[in-house]
Amino acid sequence: MIEYILCFILFCIGLYCVLRKRNIIKIVIGLGIVEYAVNLFFVLIGFRMHGRAPILAKDQTISNMVDPLPQALVLTSIVIGLAVTALIVAIAIRLYEKYGTFDITKIRRLRG
Amino acid sequence: MELKLLLLFMVLAAIAAVQIKDLLSSVIAVGAVGLGLSLAFLILKAPDLAITQLVVEILCLIILIRATINKDLPLVRDGRWFFNTASTLLFIALFLIFAYFALPELPRFGQPIMRVAQEYIDKGLVKTGATNIVAAIILDFRSYDTLGEATILFTAVMGVLAVIRRVGRINEK
Repeated sequence: MIEYILCFILFCIGLYCVLRKRNIIKIVIGLGIVEYAVNLFFVLIGFRMHGRAPILAKDQTISNMVDPLPQALVLTSIVIGLAVTALIVAIAIRLYEKYGTFDITKIRRLRG
Repeated sequence: MELKLLLLFMVLAAIAAVQIKDLLSSVIAVGAVGLGLSLAFLILKAPDLAITQLVVEILCLIILIRATINKDLPLVRDGRWFFNTASTLLFIALFLIFAYFALPELPRFGQPIMRVAQEYIDKGLVKTGATNIVAAIILDFRSYDTLGEATILFTAVMGVLAVIRRVGRINEK
């Protein structure tokens, strides 16, 4: 149970970083932390105590495997997280070139 | 036990990443969180995820360092301190309320509900011929997910190129 609570704390730290900070890079970091927390939560739900990795072998009984379905979903989610981070950072770099700052309160002139 | 210690380390590194003023140090701290997550996947018996997380974390670090290096950054002031803090605390409290109601409904740690996955484990070898069940799921049972993932990756690469490139941009000062 304490693993779930630590995972929720990690999510809360990321949420605080996204909502409270005013620097774009800090917001990207907060999004990354939230994503780590969600991925970790899925894998924690599928964990079986004293289980083994979901790879078949001849000398095993079939019943003590961890849940492979959350692992497959999280594998997709990790790669999509990389793509999202790359896109956000590209937009942040362009904003820095145009406005000369990462402060989101200074970036409010929406001209083309 | 080692999993709890690792999660505690990740929480501390995340606090450091949020609170450090210097952006480069903050990026390094979030790298520590990601590599700790890779180790946690290894402890949680998910070797495929550990490998993928390692590679993705290193790429993320390279991208973020590219964004932060050589930037002279003025110290960001805190404007509208009360409003920002109040709204942030409101959202965190909302999340914690939902988590409080959801926590008793979760399966106990270490005893998963394997209603869907049991069929994959039982019939995976016969139906797909793959000994790695995770690979059998992402490449055979749910390969449309992987197709969508490839589409998202391609779209993101096109977006990054369209945003970053300099050719064809009018009104360059």
